[in-house]
Amino acid sequence: MIKLIVDTLLSQIRTLWLVFIKLFQKKDTVEYPDQQPYMFPRWRGRIILSRDPDGEERCVACNLCAVACPVDCIALQKGEMEDGRWYPEFFRINFSRCIMCGFCEEACPTNAIQLTPDFEMAEYVRQDMVWEKEDLLIEGTGKYHDYNFYRVAGKKIEGKDKGEALNEAPPVDVRSLLP
Amino acid sequence: MIALFYIAAIIAVIATVAVILQTNIVHGLLYLILSLLAVAVIFYVLGAPFAAVLEAIVYAGAIMVLFLFVIMMLNLGQHTRDQERKWLTPRGWIAPSIMSAILLGQLVNVMRQIDYDIVPAQVGVMEVSALLFGPYVLAVELASILLLAGLVAAYHLAKTK
Amino acid sequence: MSLEIGSPLTIGLILLVVIGTAAMLITVERRLLGFWQERLGPNRVGWFGSLQVVADMIKIFTKEDWIPPFADKFSFVIAPGIIMSAVLLSFAVIPFAPDIGVIDSNIGVLFVLAMASLGAYSVMLGGLSSDNKYALLGSLRAAAQMVSYEVFMGISLLGVVALTGSFNMREIVEAQTDGWYIIPQFIGFVIFLIAGVAESHRLPFDIPEAEQEICAGYHTEYSGMKFGMFFVAEYIGLVLISSLITVLFFGGWLGPSFLPPIIWFFVKASAFIGFFILMRAAVPRPRYDQLMSYGWLFLLPLSLVNLLVTGVIILSTQ
Ligand code: SF4
Ligand code: SF4
Repeated sequence: MIKLIVDTLLSQIRTLWLVFIKLFQKKDTVEYPDQQPYMFPRWRGRIILSRDPDGEERCVACNLCAVACPVDCIALQKGEMEDGRWYPEFFRINFSRCIMCGFCEEACPTNAIQLTPDFEMAEYVRQDMVWEKEDLLIEGTGKYHDYNFYRVAGKKIEGKDKGEALNEAPPVDVRSLLP
Repeated sequence: MIALFYIAAIIAVIATVAVILQTNIVHGLLYLILSLLAVAVIFYVLGAPFAAVLEAIVYAGAIMVLFLFVIMMLNLGQHTRDQERKWLTPRGWIAPSIMSAILLGQLVNVMRQIDYDIVPAQVGVMEVSALLFGPYVLAVELASILLLAGLVAAYHLAKTK
Repeated sequence: MSLEIGSPLTIGLILLVVIGTAAMLITVERRLLGFWQERLGPNRVGWFGSLQVVADMIKIFTKEDWIPPFADKFSFVIAPGIIMSAVLLSFAVIPFAPDIGVIDSNIGVLFVLAMASLGAYSVMLGGLSSDNKYALLGSLRAAAQMVSYEVFMGISLLGVVALTGSFNMREIVEAQTDGWYIIPQFIGFVIFLIAGVAESHRLPFDIPEAEQEICAGYHTEYSGMKFGMFFVAEYIGLVLISSLITVLFFGGWLGPSFLPPIIWFFVKASAFIGFFILMRAAVPRPRYDQLMSYGWLFLLPLSLVNLLVTGVIILSTQ
């Protein structure tokens, strides 16, 4: 009994002391706006639409990202240029719904949609959280510099016929039996 | 000091009447506490600070808290208030108040005849204790034995097997 | 007008200092808790966060003061007022320095105990009138806790009172010229410390308002300045307990004469305020039944034995 009381007392005093000396130790706080934390490149933050190395829009309006999005916050409309390339006529992300899960980036076949380490996106008006294509599209390639979808894909556009893409075999004429 | 006495006395009387007339039991208890505190002030004015403070600590501070504690558990609502109101019919209160009025008259009559001084000498803690443990030690001990018996009994009743 | 016991100037100054200290404590406590949790605490408003209290005040004064329609309005409104006036009235008998104080009362210690027991009503009425389950649970706990710990608080003080032979706080301080009562009354001091924390229901004994269990306990339904009064009254209670410990066990204003007496008082009281905040940062909250059985089965016998031994020693040395 006496031992229990003494032990309890000593352990409480030890606790008090250990907490007290924290007064003089280094603090863990990062004083955020004054002191910017290091953001890792793979951080999943604000979403951008990138361009390919030639400066054209990467997005081909395939809608895969909109399908993958678990909260359905991506909306887009397909358009087609004269040279055969597809592009989104509008591309809209509602950031007040987006949960920054990165599924859209995973789904995108052209590396067009990418998440960036920027997280400072607060707004006073909710409507301002809906970003249009003009807001999303950047003048660069984002995280993947050399990738150009139309250069490797089999899709025929002006100036690149079937079979002329990178690593692509010439098309087989299925109506001919000759080797 | 005399003014303080009269103010406290008036408050005590009004509060006590309010205790009886209140239909909301919590408000009634509050008035009762107020009345006890007013009586404590009267004690103080009359030169018994020790009794005044004990009145505040024991009656207003401890016993009334326990009353309130019990009321908390009872879940009283509108229906108890209606019942209280039903009890407050003239048929219920006329006879007792006539008798109380007669008592009051007698009290006033008696008090008019004696010659009293409203601020007697101060009775300090020392004097009270000397009296309690001198001439009245038997009463104090008996009272404490009674309380002890109550404590033991309450402990046994509350103890679960 | 001069600075003497009971002059209006003194009373006004004491009120100002006490309420000011309590308001400052809101910030100081948050800073200190931050440090003790390896954080920085609020440091944005003003110089190192010193104006945080102004910001808090503005916020709390301009908040909507909402009385729930199902509450018992009369009790709901007077509850915060009761605790505020009870703790402030207790300062009337505290001797701050030889010539600073409100009254020089022969029943000082008892008066403080009486006010502490009246403070229990505020907590109980607040919880009862809110008509909210959490609030009711909180006030049930508060009632049992405060009534129990008042007992030990009173008995632990009696050793000091017996040594002095008076309930007068000034005489208690003056009797400590040859040695503070912390040495002969160490056990009384420890019990008073614990009971004091329980009386002002601060962590680790903040069971009536334990946020993690019952929301905010008895002041769940309070908002705006009514909540603010509960909040500030808790800090005034903290200042009160620290001042009481200083007066009763640490010689009040006594100290080497290179500092004026009032400064000695403030230094000692501040040290205890700091200690209470440290307790809040370090010690976890006990369970409710643990608190009660600890009080009745351990503290009560201990304080009685302490009182008995003190009495025997006083009588045998006379
Ligand atoms: S990050 Fe997730 S939630 Fe946001 S747009 Fe992409 S798929 Fe939708
Ligand atoms: S961003 Fe990618 S996945 Fe979404 S529509 Fe454009 S190409 Fe398809």
